[in-house]
Amino acid sequence: MAFCLMEGNEAIAWGAVASECRFFAGYPITPATTIFNILLKLLPPLGGICIQGEDEIASIGYCLGASMAGRKVMTATSGAGISLYSEHISFAIGSEIPIVIVDVQRLGPSTGSATRGADGDIQFLRWGNSGGLPVIVLAPVDVKDCYFLTIQAFNLAEKFRCPVFIASNKEIAMTRENIDIHAIAKPEIIERSVPPPGKPFVPFETSSGQLTPYFLPIGGNVPVRQTSSTHGPDGYITTDSDKIAKIQERLKTKLLSTVTGFSFYESYPEQGADTLLLTYGVTARAARDVYNAQKKIWHGGIAFNSQNALARAPRSDQGKSRERQPCCGGGDEPGPVCQRDRTHPSG
Amino acid sequence: MHGLHGRALTYAAGLKMTRPELTVIVTMGDGGLGIGGAHILSACRRNLDITLLILNNFNFGMTGGQFSATTPSEVQVGSGFLNKLERPLDVCGVVSSAGAAYVMRCSSYAKDLAREIENAIGFEGFSIIDIWGICPGRYTKRNKMTPQIIENSLAKLPSITNPIPENIRKEYGRHYRELAAQQKPVPSPAKIETKFHAPDSGRKEVVILGSAGQRIITAGEILCLAGLTAGLNVTQKNEYDITVLRGACISEVVFSPEEIGYTGITTPDVVLALSQEGVDRRKHLFDDLDKNTLIIRAEEINLPPCNAEVQQPNFKAQKIKSNDRALAALSVLAKLDRVIYLDMLEFALAYRFQDKILASALDLVERVKGLGA
Repeated sequence: MAFCLMEGNEAIAWGAVASECRFFAGYPITPATTIFNILLKLLPPLGGICIQGEDEIASIGYCLGASMAGRKVMTATSGAGISLYSEHISFAIGSEIPIVIVDVQRLGPSTGSATRGADGDIQFLRWGNSGGLPVIVLAPVDVKDCYFLTIQAFNLAEKFRCPVFIASNKEIAMTRENIDIHAIAKPEIIERSVPPPGKPFVPFETSSGQLTPYFLPIGGNVPVRQTSSTHGPDGYITTDSDKIAKIQERLKTKLLSTVTGFSFYESYPEQGADTLLLTYGVTARAARDVYNAQKKIWHGGIAFNSQNALARAPRSDQGKSRERQPCCGGGDEPGPVCQRDRTHPSG
Repeated sequence: MHGLHGRALTYAAGLKMTRPELTVIVTMGDGGLGIGGAHILSACRRNLDITLLILNNFNFGMTGGQFSATTPSEVQVGSGFLNKLERPLDVCGVVSSAGAAYVMRCSSYAKDLAREIENAIGFEGFSIIDIWGICPGRYTKRNKMTPQIIENSLAKLPSITNPIPENIRKEYGRHYRELAAQQKPVPSPAKIETKFHAPDSGRKEVVILGSAGQRIITAGEILCLAGLTAGLNVTQKNEYDITVLRGACISEVVFSPEEIGYTGITTPDVVLALSQEGVDRRKHLFDDLDKNTLIIRAEEINLPPCNAEVQQPNFKAQKIKSNDRALAALSVLAKLDRVIYLDMLEFALAYRFQDKILASALDLVERVKGLGA
């Protein structure tokens, strides 16, 4: 047996490198700063770029420019910085610019406590864009997840041309653990799909059933238009409500219709259980301890890992409704689950 | 690429860094100049090879002619009296003092505008042209503005000779690539093979209570590395304040042959009590301790009443300084064959440190070996 000792932030940095991320820009903020520190060592020798922005708005802006030039890009921040990112998050959603955004959560609100963990940004990540479109949020449980889910995050960002959030937490990001990083099964690396040759390139055109438009970088031989305004398939600003509706519907459908494909979770179903414990992120670790300690008394199931999984998985797995369905996060409950609870017969 | 109001320079920087061979030109108005001011200052300091054309028409035309960063105080605009209270920005003065090496102002009606733009693009580095124009939709409704007035106003301003000598320096992208090429590649993370058996087979929890500057986090890391030499699962959860070199600093380390869930500690097997503020921060930890817990306590520390076994090594007599006490306490622990053995500790130190630091760490361990408890 052989292990490395690594904190979650370091595992995210190595995950980014394994995903062929070659551009990072960020503004220092505890507890996310060590991602920047590590990538500043890792990326330049690989021909990559790591820069420190003058603020968070600029940092994510640099990334969006580099992404439109064809690079795989990542930025990292915490609560105060994610607030400043929000307008650019909306841009990345509406204009389909791939980017991985790490939010190493700390206790809020506002400046909050820089060195205390919390999961209070989850609702912000979900609803923090102007337009209310769905987003992908992956919530690591441990250092292994930080590596594995970062690779998944890049794949999803490239595949769906959208921002993908990693909702980490100080208690994972700056906690060291043993990890055998080489033993983690690395998923196949996905790249943006380029248009088939022979047809004129229309930047936001999709054929019937195609969820994500083809990508060509700005600066190549084929002119590419990009805009933060509502646009038609040609990438020009438009007020044509039919064109706008079609693209907005696709932005929603491309994630909602595929969510099972990126719902990462574990569950421990038990026959006859009357309690189902749902949890995610760092809290899942304590929940698993509780489950292991209590399972002789309770009969229950547990699911954890990513935000998306919460909305999807365990209930339909179980076959019957539970009398108790507590949902545990480190200070916040995910939107989709809360909404469903209200309509659940016993929720 | 058309993005958010005032942020165009940020996309341009990302594009130019990624594709240095491209000619990158940014246009923004006097509105973008104001709202994106931090990006302009930063672009001037950075000197990346981008050309910024500021299309300056002295007001926010689209939203009703409100005042912008360049609106003169004496004109009538859509913000009532507010522009009378503010002084317009001297664009060329600001950007040249921020470090821009190529700075020009001219009229959008100037016959040689195309050549001015060509010259700015040709400059290798950040270049700016403040191009003055007329807003027929708003500004000229209430103020007189003509190409001739612009011409006359520009003529009154001091002329600029480009490039500005004191701002001439390496272009950022070229310089970045030069320095990046000198960086050494980082090897893939190294693994520690199992070499030893730990003194205890089950789960063990150690909490280190100290202060910032006492190398508490490093001691926690060393302890974890020692755990890895015995093939154990390890976690290290840390607590400290945002202040630098001030405040309590606490490290919680768990060893277990099983996968570790929650990483916090409630009933430790070992407490290293190394500073008063560290102990005070976790005073309730001591309430439930019994004789199964070992406390290694630095001499001057007052402990809350508890039933734990207490060891008090004489650090002072050995002249072990405050910032060496965390490692000294780990050495005491190893000497007692609790949680780790000395060979595990020494291996961890050799893994983590080199040269002089390693020698002094190993010397400290030797001194502790000879210490009476």
